[in-house]
Amino acid sequence: MNRVVITGAGTINALGASVPKTLEAMREGRCGISQLEIRDVERLAIQIGGQVKGYEPEEAFNRQQLALYDRFTQFTLIAAREAIAQSGLEFSGDLAARSGVVLGNSGGGMTTLDDNYRSVYEDGKNRVHPFVVPKLMNNAAASHVSMEFNLKGPSFTVSTACASSNHAMAQAFQMVRSGMSPAMISGGSESMLCFGGVKAWEGLRVMSKDACRPFSANRNGMVQGEGAGVFVFEELEHAKSRGADILAEIAGFAMSSDASDIVMPSKQGAARAIKGAIQDAGISREEVGYINAHGTGTAANDKTESAAVADVFGAHADKLMISSTKSMHGHLIGGTGAVELLACIMAVRDGIIAPTIGYEEPDPECALDVVPNEAREAQVEVALSNAFAFGGLNAVLALKRFA
Amino acid sequence: MDIKDRVIHIIAEQAVLEPSDVGLESTLEDLGIDSLGLVESIFAIEEAFDISVPFNANEPNESDFDISSVATIIAGIEKLVKEQS
Repeated sequence: MNRVVITGAGTINALGASVPKTLEAMREGRCGISQLEIRDVERLAIQIGGQVKGYEPEEAFNRQQLALYDRFTQFTLIAAREAIAQSGLEFSGDLAARSGVVLGNSGGGMTTLDDNYRSVYEDGKNRVHPFVVPKLMNNAAASHVSMEFNLKGPSFTVSTACASSNHAMAQAFQMVRSGMSPAMISGGSESMLCFGGVKAWEGLRVMSKDACRPFSANRNGMVQGEGAGVFVFEELEHAKSRGADILAEIAGFAMSSDASDIVMPSKQGAARAIKGAIQDAGISREEVGYINAHGTGTAANDKTESAAVADVFGAHADKLMISSTKSMHGHLIGGTGAVELLACIMAVRDGIIAPTIGYEEPDPECALDVVPNEAREAQVEVALSNAFAFGGLNAVLALKRFA
Repeated sequence: MDIKDRVIHIIAEQAVLEPSDVGLESTLEDLGIDSLGLVESIFAIEEAFDISVPFNANEPNESDFDISSVATIIAGIEKLVKEQS
């Protein structure tokens, strides 16, 4: 089996329009959640989100591209450009033929859907723009990344709600590990901060009106975010032979299905995925120093996740750190695992642990070191990234310090 | 039908029971209604009475709306209908 390393990272999210800006915000424990600026926001009960603000699409794309790219595709391309530029890879010949792009996404082009439903239902129009379908399809982002960077190998989109990015990255990891591809572009994106997108979430009554406070006793729900995270996964020898800068090693992963409830999480399902990732990485559980939690800030997730971590790690659960960066960038749904992997890279590469901000009151059911409110310095050998989706589909990645 | 009977009908439908089998002192758990069934019932009540029920699944005990039994739900709805009409 080949070893797999990360040689490029890119992002745009509520904390910043690049990896350095995002990591700086995480180090400072800055909150990217604010009042939503979207059409008909006054008709929403939930009016906050981790929205990407100050974004000028014209700076990144020309008019023809903007006519064809939904916001989730735009975010993906911005992140992919940063990641691939950092890696220094150029895809041609055999490398292009065998390298592909696997991305996570849940809602597809939600703003495109929202705008065009308005047009036909509310405004009574009988004609829509010819690009509605190519804009809204879930695989649009992966396809446009493949076109812009000449990626001709295995390429597709994975959709498993809140675990989409982790499932996608697990696929890409396997392809490089098995020798099928020398390099893969992977990660995910989401953009559902539009009237219909937020309204749908409101219906479930799990959203907070004021803040995302994971693990805090007074937490009152999740807050949506938007954006993208994209990475270059590369076979270790391939990366070394060209002198690439290696950010971290992907050591293992595991997936599991709760097979129990469409929305309620399961401790057993989460624990099986965490345990599986540790086994797949060939490490002992004591080597895990940090976990980027799924940590949605809902009553159900945070206590279930804490119990799963306690079960898997035993006494070591009290020694490791676990934080939820959703408190800062919000829940990017299908893109969330990708942005959260950045916090894992920061932990193993820079020795800085991103905090759980908004933490106000200890909850005895979440009695772990959640790195409350302030980032911390600590050397970490292995970091895990948890994602537990609606539908009971779980995916956990293990990242290792590359020395 | 008064508010009480309409709420009992909605809860009975959610629990797949006859309205006569829904006792005032029953809890939703007694009736086999889970968390999704609860938010679905609240939605049906909001639609039936054209009201807004302040309920967040993360803090069911925080709002004034008491869901501990069928009787407290009915009392809560009666109050909301009065306030919001």
